[in-house]
This record gives sequence, C-alpha cells and structure tokens, in this order.
Amino acid sequence: MATDVTPDLATAPRPAPVPAVKAPSLLARALDSDLWHSFKRSKLAVVAAIGTLVFLLAALLANLAPQDPFDPAQLELLNSRIPPLWSAEGQAPFLLGTDDQGRDILSAILHGLRVSIIVGGLGVLFSASLGITLGLVAGYVGGAVDAAIMRVADVQLTFPAILIALLVDGVAKSISGGQMSSGAILGVLVLSIGLSFWVQYARTVRSSVMVEKNKDYVAAARLIGLSSPKIMLRHVLPNAIGPVFAIATINFALAIITEATLSFLGSGMPDTQPSLGTLIRIGNRYLFSGEWWIAAFPGLTLALLVLAVNLLGDWLRDALNPRLS
Amino acid sequence: MTAYILRTIGQGALVLLAVAFIAFSMFRFVGDPVANMMGQEATLADRAELSSRLGLDQPFPVQFLRFVRDAATGDFGISYRQGRPVATLIAERLPATVELAVLSALFASVAGVALGVYAAIRRRGIVAQGVMMLSLVGVSLPTFLIGIGLIYVFAVELRWLPSFGRGETVRLGWWSTGLLTASGLKSLVLPVLTLGFFQLTLIMRLTRAEMLEVMRSDFVRFARARGIPERTIELRHALRNTMIPVVTVAGLQLGSVVAFAIVTETVFQWPGLGALFVNAVQFADVPVMAAYLVFVGLVFVLVSLAVDLAYLAFDPRLRGTLAAR
Repeated sequence: MATDVTPDLATAPRPAPVPAVKAPSLLARALDSDLWHSFKRSKLAVVAAIGTLVFLLAALLANLAPQDPFDPAQLELLNSRIPPLWSAEGQAPFLLGTDDQGRDILSAILHGLRVSIIVGGLGVLFSASLGITLGLVAGYVGGAVDAAIMRVADVQLTFPAILIALLVDGVAKSISGGQMSSGAILGVLVLSIGLSFWVQYARTVRSSVMVEKNKDYVAAARLIGLSSPKIMLRHVLPNAIGPVFAIATINFALAIITEATLSFLGSGMPDTQPSLGTLIRIGNRYLFSGEWWIAAFPGLTLALLVLAVNLLGDWLRDALNPRLS
Repeated sequence: MTAYILRTIGQGALVLLAVAFIAFSMFRFVGDPVANMMGQEATLADRAELSSRLGLDQPFPVQFLRFVRDAATGDFGISYRQGRPVATLIAERLPATVELAVLSALFASVAGVALGVYAAIRRRGIVAQGVMMLSLVGVSLPTFLIGIGLIYVFAVELRWLPSFGRGETVRLGWWSTGLLTASGLKSLVLPVLTLGFFQLTLIMRLTRAEMLEVMRSDFVRFARARGIPERTIELRHALRNTMIPVVTVAGLQLGSVVAFAIVTETVFQWPGLGALFVNAVQFADVPVMAAYLVFVGLVFVLVSLAVDLAYLAFDPRLRGTLAAR
C-alpha cells in the first residue's frame, strides 16, 4: 500500500506561514524596470513614442475625419484639385486641399494611414509568427530540420524584400486572373510582407534557443515528462523572445515602407481603398502640373510615421542589448 | 585555399539551382502555358500536340532539367506579353540598369566614405552632427519618395534636369550608353542620386562607426606617440583599416541596389530591367519574371563570390584560417 511508505501529508507538521509579500502588480513592475528608466532618460525615444501614438490614434479615429473618402455620394467633382487652405485658391472645408476626385486630402490621409498601419501590423504579426515558429523548431530540434530551414533562409536572404513581395503579388495576380477584391489584395500584401521578413526572426530565435535548450531547467522539464511542444512554447520561448520585440518594431517601419512601395508601383492597394502609398501614386500623376499637395502630404505623413517608428526601434534595440550599455 | 574557393563556388551553384527551381515552379503552377499560347478555339488535339512539342507531357524532373539546361544557355523562352524572346528583352535593357547601378554605387561609396570619415573626425562638430541626423531621416525616406521629391524640385520647379528616360544614347556594338551625350548624362543625375541615397547613408554610418573604433585602437595611439601628424594618422593609418569591413558590406549591399533599382526605374521611367520586371508582374508575364529572378540570383552569387575573394586578397591572415576550416 502506498500509504505505508509515504508519510501522511495531512498530519505532518506544517511550516509556519510566511508573511505574505504582496507580489507587485504588472504595472508597478513595468514602471520599475530598466527599460522604463532607460526610456525616461532618452528624450528622442519619448518624442518618437508620442509621435507613434499620435499616428496610431489618428488612424483609429479616421472615422471622425471631415469626409468619408470612400463614399462616392460625398464627393463632388467640382471640388477636385483644390489647393490647401492657406494658398490663395484654398476653400473652406478642405484644409490640405483635394485630389482629382474631389476627395479631401486630410480625410484620405487619415483613412490611408489606417490601411497602411493595418497592413504593416498584420505583416509584422505574420512574419514574426512564421519566423519565431521556424526558428524555435530549427533551434530545438536541430539536425536535418535545422539545416533545411536555415538553407531556405539563406536563399531567401539573396532576394530583397521588395522583389519577393512583387513575385508573390505577380503569382497571386495570375492565379486569380487579375480579379481581386480589396480585402484579397490586403491579404496578398500581408502574405508578401510576411514571406519577405521572417528570416531575421528565425535566425535570432534560433540562436537564443540553442543557448537555452542546454540549460538545466529544460533538462528538468524533460525529466518530468513534458512534451516537446510544451517545453518549446512554455519554457524555452519566453526566455528567447526578448530581442524579437526590437526586430518587430524596426520591421514595422520596414513593412509600412514595403507596403507603400508596392502600392506606389501599382501592385498594392487599389485607388478605391487607398493606402498612403496609393495616395502618393495618385498624386504623382499631378506633380507635373504643379499640384504638389496631392502627393506631398501623404508623403510627409508616411515619412514622419516611419521616422517615429524607426527611432523607437533604434532605442529599443540599444536598450535591450546589454552589450552596448 | 583552393578547397575554400571551390566550396564557395559550389554553394553559389546550389543557391542558383534553388532559385531556378522556384522560377520553374512558377511556370508549372501559375497559369497554363498552352492556354497562354493558343487561342480559345484550339481543339483538344491541337493542345495535346503543342503540349508534347513543348515537352509539357514529360515528368516534372525531366522538365526541370530542361529548364536548367536552357537557362544555362540564356534561353528563357518567349515573353507572353511581348511575344519576343526573353533573352533579347533582357539584353536590350541590361545596359540601362548596369550604368545606373554602377554609377550610383560609385557615388554612394565615394561620398559615403568621405562623409563618414568627416563625421568621425569632427565627431562633436555641428556639421557632423547635422549630417548624422540627416542620415537618420534619409533611412526613413522610402526611395520612391526621394525620387518624387527630386523630380518636383529639379524637373518641375527649376526645370534643370529631365524627369524621365535616358536621353540620347549611343550604340557601341550591342551596348547602348547614355554616358557619351549631354542629354544622357543629364538624365542620369536624378536617378543616380535617388538610387545612391540609401547606400550613401548606410556606407557613411558604417565608415563613421568603424573609423571611431579604429581611432581608439593601440596602433593609432602608438602612431600618435611617435609624433606622426594627426591628419596622416587619420587618412593613412586609420582609414586603410576601416576599408575592409566597409568594402564587404557595400559589396553585399549590391543585391539591394537591384531592389531599389526596381523602384527608381519605375519612378523615372528608366528603360531598364527593373521596369521590365514591374511590368511583367502587372501582366503576370511568367517567363520574364522567371528570367529576372534567375538573373538577380546570378548577380548575387557572383557578387558574394567576388567579395569573398576580395577579402582573401585584402587580409592575408584569413587565408590560413579559411583553408583550415
């Protein structure tokens, strides 16, 4: 009988209760972390973070824009190509002027910003999931699986992201026969961005996993009989994921640029559901007749957004890298 | 040594094979070549006849081997859209892209190294800090935005330089060059600036970082102790030791020159390979897409081979270690 060999736990003397130390809340821990202190010390990082937040908020509140640029009923062709308000021919409701369809540039920018941020965000999410999964498997399993995944990564690095994204787009176009809804195009964009940027995540995660998997806690987890997927996800991954956040931030900027470039080249969002890149492409047609504002304001928005995110990513990379400080 | 070179070449060949496989898969899975070449009214017998004449009824590996054999002799078939041999299209467009890419690489390296050295020597100076700040902004500006901006300022407002095309070209054998006419040279200015800008910021930041590193090293300190003038130390001793990593990174960046060339050529309607590829993507012209893919793979493999060999030539210490590997 089992009870004969193991002491009865119920009657064994209990250790005196330790006075409970209240675990600090997540917020309190975050406010006391090295990262937060480093953030507060870097003026540039604070400015970049505020800038990024403003852009995210603007995209979120795009519905409050003075005009719905996708509702044909609200567009007046008579109002087309009006210069910004502060120039001599400016007209009242159109602060930044209008484009060839009579769309209010400011409203179009707010909605375009939303599309750009959604595509960039989903692209980063997809490429990070793909890269982290492959890196985790490659690093943990090792051997032939590792070699195969990393070989594919090497070949992938041969090709610039734009080229891969264009290829994916071309393939999708010819499979669908050129008839894609704007939702499908958005999906293709996310797919192409994801396929272009996963390598960096995979390499980073793989190298930290290879360090982590030889540590004692992994051996212990294996000893108590946890399954490999469980060890990988619950034990190894949390210890290997730190650098991923810096990569993801910088890649967010890259993904937005890539989306804008694709849309500018005509392989991205259509005129009816424009992103910032599409707006710049539309504006580019009118540049030669001196109507600079149609391209300039979306361009400025794009540049500032990318700059803010880049600065934030630069700071995060330095702050998370103990070697540099 | 020889073994190392052979292994590098072997790896390059493997990468090319993988690229060729992807390119070939596009043929197999994207669209139906027979349907592309024959009209709607073709009978089943006609289709079968064409299919066997093209070798499409043979097993996949046989077809792939034939594709590789043809590709090795420069035969990529006939463009679906233009109805002309892809090899001819590429040969026509090659000079425009090569002149653009080489000139921008030259511009980026010379200006980038000069600015980088300056920024390192006058690290605390206002000009140097301004240059560094500008380079950060430059990294955040998408290539197409720089192109549009330059066009607006120098072509639309000031009317100094042309905004599209190559100007007049001179034929030397099969090569057409824009370097020998005034209009050809003028047409090159804006595209070269646009394409070179990103490389320039990259090379500049790298040169500055390496230079600062080398200036802290022992041999510079001893050179100072020997009473060698500061200028000589900076330009002779330090700069020379900065160059090896800079050359490597700049060389490997050539791949991204190809990618940015796609964008630059589209903005300036430059009749090069990148513009050809963008058009091919828009019309799902698979043979052109496949050939371009293989071409980029070839350029990358050749460049990284050249960089490897250059490394060996620059740094004799590497020869021993690499041969031992």
